[in-house]
Amino acid sequence: MSQSPLLPTPVLESVEGEQTPLLQAPITSRPISSLALVHNAWRFVTSNGKVATGSAIIGFFVLVAIVGPLFVHQNPNLFTNQILLQPSAAHPLGTNQGGQDVFSQLVIGTRSSLFWAFVAGVLVMIISVTVGLVSGYLGGITDDVFSLITNVFLVIPSFPLAIVAAQYFSRSEFTVALIVALTNWPWGARVLRAQTLSMRNREFITAARSSGERTWRIIFFEIFPNQLSIVAASFITTTIQVLLQVAGLEFLGFGDPTAVSWGTMLYNAYNNSALLLGAWWWFAPPGICIALLGSGMALLNFGIDEYADPRLRLKRKRAARQKAVAA
Amino acid sequence: MTSGAPHVSPQPGAVATPILEADHLQKRFPVQGSFGRQLTVRAVEDASLALYPGRALALVGESGSGKTTIARMLARVYDPTAGTLRFQGKPVQFAGGAALRDYRRHVQLIFQDPFASLNPVHDVRYHLARLLRVHGHAKTSAQATQQALALLQRVSLTPAEQFLYKYPHQLSGGQRQRVAIARALAVHPQVLLADEPVSMLDVSIHLDILNLLRQLKNEDHLAFLFITHDIATARYFAEETNVLYAGQMVEGGPSDEVIQHPKHPYTQLLIAAAPDPARLNAEGKRVDALPARGEIPSLVNPPTGCRFHPRCPHAMPVCRERFPARTDLGNGHWTHCFLYGDGTTTTQPS
Repeated sequence: MSQSPLLPTPVLESVEGEQTPLLQAPITSRPISSLALVHNAWRFVTSNGKVATGSAIIGFFVLVAIVGPLFVHQNPNLFTNQILLQPSAAHPLGTNQGGQDVFSQLVIGTRSSLFWAFVAGVLVMIISVTVGLVSGYLGGITDDVFSLITNVFLVIPSFPLAIVAAQYFSRSEFTVALIVALTNWPWGARVLRAQTLSMRNREFITAARSSGERTWRIIFFEIFPNQLSIVAASFITTTIQVLLQVAGLEFLGFGDPTAVSWGTMLYNAYNNSALLLGAWWWFAPPGICIALLGSGMALLNFGIDEYADPRLRLKRKRAARQKAVAA
Repeated sequence: MTSGAPHVSPQPGAVATPILEADHLQKRFPVQGSFGRQLTVRAVEDASLALYPGRALALVGESGSGKTTIARMLARVYDPTAGTLRFQGKPVQFAGGAALRDYRRHVQLIFQDPFASLNPVHDVRYHLARLLRVHGHAKTSAQATQQALALLQRVSLTPAEQFLYKYPHQLSGGQRQRVAIARALAVHPQVLLADEPVSMLDVSIHLDILNLLRQLKNEDHLAFLFITHDIATARYFAEETNVLYAGQMVEGGPSDEVIQHPKHPYTQLLIAAAPDPARLNAEGKRVDALPARGEIPSLVNPPTGCRFHPRCPHAMPVCRERFPARTDLGNGHWTHCFLYGDGTTTTQPS
């Protein structure tokens, strides 16, 4: 830092390319091109074994959710008389008591399970970011009111409430996602409020305020980007929560019984005594999928923690070095 | 100008009207004491000052003397507990919204710590462009970029194109402070409040930044409030110097006058504390060393009367009872000290 300010710093490769055409070219062009973004994303994904494993698992399920249904030509709800068949070439995961093909149900179910977990996760994130940042930044009476609401929601046992609420409203997957979102946002809001409290008196926020920025711009453009790693981590955590809760509600029979998802598959398997019948191909695959996707997201979350906290990264490097020395 | 106004221009005939005046500003911060007691930090008592276009006023004092609080009140980061602000002769209404934004179009603050005053997630262009857009100097993104480049050139960050998309962590302390100065200049302000702009920087680049600020002051005819704890810097940069102790203004006047002929015992102590090879004797001992005693007092429970009296070598019983009024010493030099009278030359309520 003792370098003279007049001395130009070494030119960074990303800036150099932009240097000459900058004045004439459309100025909107940023030095971070989409290619660099992809490169950065790839570097993050491969930075660490946990992240790599986690993203591979999640990537696999996302791929199945998007393109999987194109390869399934069977109606997953079609009843046939070929009941409880063992896995075979025609039915890779056998059939259930209604003669429905388990494999096609699993593939079709991936899309809805993933989609609704994602929707609920996004809803949770929107509510918790808004409540947490606004109450932390504004303080005063707004903070008191928001904190009270947060604390009330925090002590409401979310799963029982979801069960009760699911009784009253129409049994659709949207209802389940909405209920799960409404009972899961307070944790993230609390964490983000605490972070915002510590940030609102930082000098760059005072600088933004004294430069005449509007309050909502300070909250969402100055503070929010500084909390992206927390938001990303809490998004993944809540998505796991939501995935499990949605599956749990459906398993207990509070979902839409006509929809095909992992949770309803488990519900049907349980109600038709798949366990007693020994039809493992019926109940095991959706359970394994839920467990696998959950652990994939958990791994990604650990990875983000390590990535966001340089001290953890350092520890890992030191461990690797020690291993290299020992070998 | 009121009769008590301390600022007589050193150049005869060059008396201008002040652009920003503060009268009897007072700031108290409520704090939570132990067991839920409500305490009050009396950060600033009765501060009056005036800023003139093209001139700099230095505010000197040690940590906790209320320098930054005064600057932030002038920048309207805080509202004063009491007192008035006048901008271009008109009293400033302490309201938010458009009026506040309008005020900030004319008065900008440069922060002390360039490592904390720039948002780590935004690049240099964003910092500059936001001000240009907020205050309507740039209508389009392209205009903002053009003006940002011009600003970077003004603060000698060249080639400007190279700095435009740098993030704060890619810049050195001096470079960051130049960006912070460029940001303050973006609104075309008439008043710049510089809160210890060089104290966090490496000593080797102090002079570069000071000279840059002086050049900007002269080019744009800016009124400057320059806050420092270093009396030599104050003398180098500012035409006038005010000395602050524990939230009270104790002495002020033309910088040379205040520094070469300090009248208030605190100013004398402050100047004696500055290293000066000319004041060493043959053994390397200080010839005029004043015995320094005590610390800056608690502002929650400050000493009564003149807050300097527990440390003052000349303390009299009256010092304990009340704060002396302003005594004019001629030539624009004034002090608040009973040693020189009790404000009998000019009257001013304290």
